[in-house]
Amino acid sequence: MSAPQKPGPPFWLLAELTYRCPLHCAFCYNPVDFARYEDELSTEDWLRVLREGRELGAVQCGFSGGEPLMRQDLEVLVAEARRLGYYSNLITSGIGLDESRIKRLKAAGLDHIQLSFQDSTREVNDFLSSTRTFDLKRRAAQLIKGQGYPMVMNCVIHRLNIDHVERIIELAVELDADYLELANVQFYAWAQINRAQLLPTREQLRQAEAVTQQWREKLGNKMRLLFVVPDYYETRPKKCMNGWGNVFMTITADGLALPCHTARMLPGLAFPSVREHGLREIWYESEGFNRYRGDSWMKDPCRSCPEKENDHGGCRCQAYMLAQDPAAADPVCDKSPEHHRVLEAIAAAGKPGMIEKPLVFRGPKESRRLDRAF
Amino acid sequence: MSAAIDAALLLDARPRIARGLRLQWEPAQDAHVLLYPEGMVQLNASAGEILKRCDGERDVTAIVAELEQAFEVEDLQQDVLAFLQLATAQRWIEGL
Ligand code: SF4
Ligand code: SF4
Repeated sequence: MSAPQKPGPPFWLLAELTYRCPLHCAFCYNPVDFARYEDELSTEDWLRVLREGRELGAVQCGFSGGEPLMRQDLEVLVAEARRLGYYSNLITSGIGLDESRIKRLKAAGLDHIQLSFQDSTREVNDFLSSTRTFDLKRRAAQLIKGQGYPMVMNCVIHRLNIDHVERIIELAVELDADYLELANVQFYAWAQINRAQLLPTREQLRQAEAVTQQWREKLGNKMRLLFVVPDYYETRPKKCMNGWGNVFMTITADGLALPCHTARMLPGLAFPSVREHGLREIWYESEGFNRYRGDSWMKDPCRSCPEKENDHGGCRCQAYMLAQDPAAADPVCDKSPEHHRVLEAIAAAGKPGMIEKPLVFRGPKESRRLDRAF
Repeated sequence: MSAAIDAALLLDARPRIARGLRLQWEPAQDAHVLLYPEGMVQLNASAGEILKRCDGERDVTAIVAELEQAFEVEDLQQDVLAFLQLATAQRWIEGL
């Protein structure tokens, strides 16, 4: 067991500029109670956060949300990120992108754009019959390519669209994408509420991977295809965030500094606000960032596990959600005494004809309702 | 194509940093780095010196000559060409 060493500098600064979003994805990764946090950071706050992050050594900067294009000062923030020497990434659904906006973003020095296929559950038919959503994506894709950016697409995959992976790949080919990430939904926030409807079956997963592999061979270098398996189907957890407080810092719309964008849910941990503390102090001194650094916080089976360097015991949020203990082994691991919970969820997904509760679509009204119910 | 013609063609090429990548000096690492979506490579001193001259304007002959002058060494051509080929394979540069 080793005491936490002094951590290196953060590498990634993720700015979740707003929780506002015109869409209602049933797998949204924003906190379920997001409607509480309406008090967004000001432009000046964000400029200071960017400056302090860069002074701390961060190199990559992501702008996400919600939908970051909802912030009218996005161009100002991108320009400052560029001036400071960040490599800037915009993660967007493309809604709100038009010719003048993309030109301004390009002129401000934006380095990279990732376009997400969104809301393919509520609009699954629309999406698959390639009408409105597809037109919107095509327009966004043309704008992005028109400014010389590579076309990088991300599509969240789940039980309700996984059987259409082939169609999704075809859409990406039609959109002339350079890169397509088929990322299986991970079960946090809204996706956790909707897990029974969103977790694919083992057979679906096998099929989808086989189809993806065929297309990979067919497309060769023309388009790169990445398929991310849901970690419920693994026997070892992911090395979450590459280690807690190791390389990654998220700042939420209302100014909370987090070691990962879902950590806000963890009980008994007060995360500092950038309204009150500088980033250097937050990174090196705060209880929130120090709690799960190193491995002295681990319990068995992780504490005595020869593999602990590989995965640091997995994801703290998943441990909390599935084992009700954020310091437990991630139950995805088959050495975890709570692993049966993951197996039960998988078994339930495979049972035909189970009674399904309705999907809960993300939105301010639902957020307030769920917040009360808890 | 013979090796000699091959090398001659390469000497006329004007390599530049690949689209979407950025080369910059990073004081925190005391090194040149190449930035790309969600990642970074830290370059050693010679790689940094070569890549910072890959601006799409200078041809390889000029790059070699500049380096030989700046570092007061001779016969860098083979080393520089080998590195540029490697950098092309890594998709760090285009136009070789
Ligand atoms: S996941 Fe969907 S609803 Fe949530 S922020 Fe992204 S686009 Fe909006
Ligand atoms: S027991 Fe803990 S450290 Fe070991 S593999 Fe499982 S999650 Fe990782």
